[in-house]
Amino acid sequence: MELIIEAGRAERHYWRDLWRYRELFYFLAWRDILVRYKQTVIGIAWAVIRPFLTTVVFTVVFSRIAKLPAPGAVPYALLVMAAMLPWQFFSTSLSESSNSLITNSNLISKIYFPRLIVPAGAVITSFVDFLITLGLMALLMIWYGFAPDLRLLALPLFVVPAFGASFGIGLWLCALNVEYRDFRYIVPFVVQFGLYISPVGFSSSLVPAKWQWLYCLNPMVGVIDGFRWSLLRGQTPLSLSSLLSSLFITTALCAGGIRYFRKMEKTFADVI
Amino acid sequence: MSEAIITVENLGKKYRIAHQGERQRYVALRDVIAEKARGIFKMLKTEKLKSGNNAPISGFRRASVSHTEDFWALKGVSFEVKRGEVVGIIGRNGAGKSTLLKILSRITEPTEGRVRMGGRVGSLLEVGTGFHPELTGRENIFLNGAILGMHRAEIRRKFDEIVAFAEMEKFLDTPVKRYSSGMYVRLAFAVAAHLEPEILIVDEVLAVGDAEFQKKCLGKMENVSRKEGRTVIFVSHNLAAVRSLCSRGIFLREGQVVANDEVSKALRAYAESLPRSGRDSEMVFKFEGQKPRFSQLSLEKVIFECGEIIRIHGEIFSELSCQASIEVELHDDRDIPVAYGSTSPMAGPAWNLKRGTTRFEIKLGPLWLAEGTYRLFFWLIKPWTENYHLVEEPLYFELTHSDPYSSGFSFKQSYKRGSFAIPIQATLEPS
Repeated sequence: MELIIEAGRAERHYWRDLWRYRELFYFLAWRDILVRYKQTVIGIAWAVIRPFLTTVVFTVVFSRIAKLPAPGAVPYALLVMAAMLPWQFFSTSLSESSNSLITNSNLISKIYFPRLIVPAGAVITSFVDFLITLGLMALLMIWYGFAPDLRLLALPLFVVPAFGASFGIGLWLCALNVEYRDFRYIVPFVVQFGLYISPVGFSSSLVPAKWQWLYCLNPMVGVIDGFRWSLLRGQTPLSLSSLLSSLFITTALCAGGIRYFRKMEKTFADVI
Repeated sequence: MSEAIITVENLGKKYRIAHQGERQRYVALRDVIAEKARGIFKMLKTEKLKSGNNAPISGFRRASVSHTEDFWALKGVSFEVKRGEVVGIIGRNGAGKSTLLKILSRITEPTEGRVRMGGRVGSLLEVGTGFHPELTGRENIFLNGAILGMHRAEIRRKFDEIVAFAEMEKFLDTPVKRYSSGMYVRLAFAVAAHLEPEILIVDEVLAVGDAEFQKKCLGKMENVSRKEGRTVIFVSHNLAAVRSLCSRGIFLREGQVVANDEVSKALRAYAESLPRSGRDSEMVFKFEGQKPRFSQLSLEKVIFECGEIIRIHGEIFSELSCQASIEVELHDDRDIPVAYGSTSPMAGPAWNLKRGTTRFEIKLGPLWLAEGTYRLFFWLIKPWTENYHLVEEPLYFELTHSDPYSSGFSFKQSYKRGSFAIPIQATLEPS
């Protein structure tokens, strides 16, 4: 088993190495989750309380105060929660993965392993939170007495682009952040801004037709609409074009992200 | 056993060092944009100046590109390591040792040249990488093992061995942040010591820890190379450890290979390259008090071979005429006294010194000493009566080649069997 190290040599071993180091995905995510709740009193309950509180605030603000109309007979809280699920996943994975290389800088400069594992681990950690929130959603549905129909089976289909968007954009940001530390400050702003242009607090049907194309450039639009559609018995609109645009943009982001990350990876240890 | 497992060809690593007005550690986008804008602005300005000596062109170049300097951490490094060899890499700080290890460990990419590796690599560039202070010892063993490349099943299998090596059964479930630094290092090394790569790369991890721990680490590394036949590349400033563990030494200076030889020869090349600091081989004393004192002591050279005579020159200053002699004590590199001598009463009568400065020369030997570092302590005394000047700091010298009977046997201090070769002659009686 011979290995050649040379300047500019594309590592044919990279994908094999990723497989060899697969357990590291688990271990890094496990470490981050464990550390989060060490020495806390409330502990794992935080994973549930945070999304719960956000839903409450949103419901109060958008339906009671702003009086935004909700389509169909869907309780507003469920409408918001169904959108909060993918959005929380996306925003936390983006924030965590963009900073993941910097927080793990001691590993990057001292040990060899495929660096792709670091932002991927951050996304996986957020996915665990996502699953917990999904459980919360189920409880909420029971409380409202609102049962989903067969469309629920399509849910995993929408999880994939959610993963893709988080991972893809996360890779771009994390590679850029190593060289240009400004991105640490740009990311929260982008996430905040994204929240307002994504159909979390409102429904996509509110966007006027002539702006739909611009609106659909946001990959999370298709994802969020898809989530709502599959969880809430199709009561909310789901346009095929937004879904296709979402899939297309997500794939492009992922592919581009991986390319850029791999290109910059060689310099990480020197720059970090 | 004799085929090369690592081949390094013409390896080079270049870093770009930027020199700017107020150099910030991190590059910010705004700085890059501002720099470009400043460049354009300056270019416009210099075009207006009519200085007539190519000002616009040079102004443009100067303004748009901040002055960068290329620093070659490694250049033209080539060597081979055979399977099962233990190679020590020595050199001063900044010579490029850690950069070389980083390239071999695939942490950073070379700028030129190539490396061919024929086996799985395990690197120990820092003890406790990946340890998280909030996690317990048990959790950190798994985490650290996984980071170093072990599979979960492997870690579970070796778990008890690791804990036994670290002697940490009691503290496994305490968060690592509560550990003392000694415990921390013991646990970290225990995990790393149970890696089983074909090529082991170790970077100065022995610098931490007490003597017991260092002995344990060295013992383990010896096991790894001698009993398990793995290849080891070892960087350390502990020259005695390098001497005892390694069969071959590579001496790096300013990024280039100066010596690639059998370990004693490489260590000798290294010792010879060190500046002769006054502290090591020469001492000057300020005059204080009334008693006779050494005013100067110096070794004629720092490196000797077994059987050579060691010459020391010096000066004694005395306000009054007195009787004096010099005592010499020789210590090995663990500061254990090995030999003793005195000009008087051992070797003759005391000297009668006149007032003022007296120069002297002392010849020691021939000494059949083992290879290693030695310290010489000097005391100026009046025999049996009083001590005039007890010099606290020793003079150091290095004995680099010890083969007392020229038989090919190499006698080293690190064998821990004393530092003297007994003159020995034996005959068999016919039965």
